[in-house]
Amino acid sequence: MAYDVNGTIHEADEEGYITDIGAWNEDLALMIAKEENIDMNSDAWEVVNFLRSYYEEYQIAPAVRVLTKAIKKKLGADKGNSKYLYELFPYGPAKQACKIAGLPKPTGCI
Amino acid sequence: MSTMLHLINRSPFDAPALESCLRLAQAGSSVLLIEDGVYAALGKAAHAAAIGERMDDLKFYVLGPDVAARGLEDKPLIDGISVIDYGGFVDLVVEHEVTQSWM
Amino acid sequence: MEPWEEDGPEVVKRFMYVNRKAPYGTIYALECLEVVLITAAFDQDTSVVFVDDGVYQLKKNQQTEGIGMKNFSNTYRALDDYDVEKIYVEQASLDARGLTADDLIIPVEVVTTENLREIMAQQDVVISS
Repeated sequence: MAYDVNGTIHEADEEGYITDIGAWNEDLALMIAKEENIDMNSDAWEVVNFLRSYYEEYQIAPAVRVLTKAIKKKLGADKGNSKYLYELFPYGPAKQACKIAGLPKPTGCI
Repeated sequence: MSTMLHLINRSPFDAPALESCLRLAQAGSSVLLIEDGVYAALGKAAHAAAIGERMDDLKFYVLGPDVAARGLEDKPLIDGISVIDYGGFVDLVVEHEVTQSWM
Repeated sequence: MEPWEEDGPEVVKRFMYVNRKAPYGTIYALECLEVVLITAAFDQDTSVVFVDDGVYQLKKNQQTEGIGMKNFSNTYRALDDYDVEKIYVEQASLDARGLTADDLIIPVEVVTTENLREIMAQQDVVISS
C-alpha cells in the first residue's frame, strides 16, 4: 500500500508501516493517524515524538512493555502506564504509535 | 610478471584468508583489507606480527569507511598500513594488472 | 481482561545467545540481536554472550555513514530497557583482539573461559550465531 500526501507518494508495507523512515513528516503522520482512527491531540503527539527520539537513539522501535517503562522514566507514572497509552492508541500503543511515527513494527511484536 | 592486488574481506580470526595470502603473495604486490578484513590492521591484535613480517616486501592498505564503521578509528593501526577511501580503492585496482580476492 | 492488562508468561526458560561474528560483514549479529530482544519481550530468562569476533559487535564509536548501513551498535544500549542484564564477554576473546572492557559500548560482565563454560552449562536453550 501507499499514502498520498498532497501528491507525494509514501510506500508502505501491507500493514501500513512506511518503508522509508527518512521521508516521514507531520502531514504524513496525520494521514496515517486518520487511517487508524487516532485523534492526534497533544498527548498522542507526545508519545509519537517520544518514539521517534527513542528510535533516533537506539535504532529500534521498542516493544510495548519497554515503551511503557521508558515513558515512565522520562514523563512520569501518569503517562508511563499501559492504561493511559491504550486510551490514546486502543489497538496497541507500540503498534499504532510506531506506525504513525514512521517507524518499523516494534521488535518483539508478533 | 604482473602486479597483483590482494583483497581480504574476512576477519583473520574467522578465516585463514589473510594467513594464506601472506604466505603466497609475491614480493612487490599489494594487500588491501576491506570489510571484516580490516580487523587484521589493529596494532594490538593477534595478527600484527604476521603482517609486520611482510611489511618490507608487500604494501598494505586498509579501507577507511570499513575501519570507521567498526569503531576502530580510536585504536592504533599497525605502523606502515595506509588508510584509503573508495577513490583510493579504485586507483589501486587500476594500478594493478591483476586483482585477487581471497574468499 | 482489559487490553492493557498482561498475563505473565506460562513457561520461563533460560535462553542463552552466543555471538561469535563481527557486525556488518555478515547478517548474523543483527539477526541475533533481534531474536534476543524478542525473547526478552516474552519475559524469558535471557543471557547474551560475546566471544571470538562477537566482541567486535560491542566496540564503541562505530560510525557507519561511510558504508551505508544502519549503526545497530546503539541498540545494545536498549538491552537494559528490555531487562536483559546478563551480558557476558570472554576475557580471552578481548585479549586476542587488543580490546578491554573500556572499549565496549555497554557495561558487561567480563568472564574467564572457565566461568563461561559453567554459565553455558546452566542454560535450557543455547543459540549460537
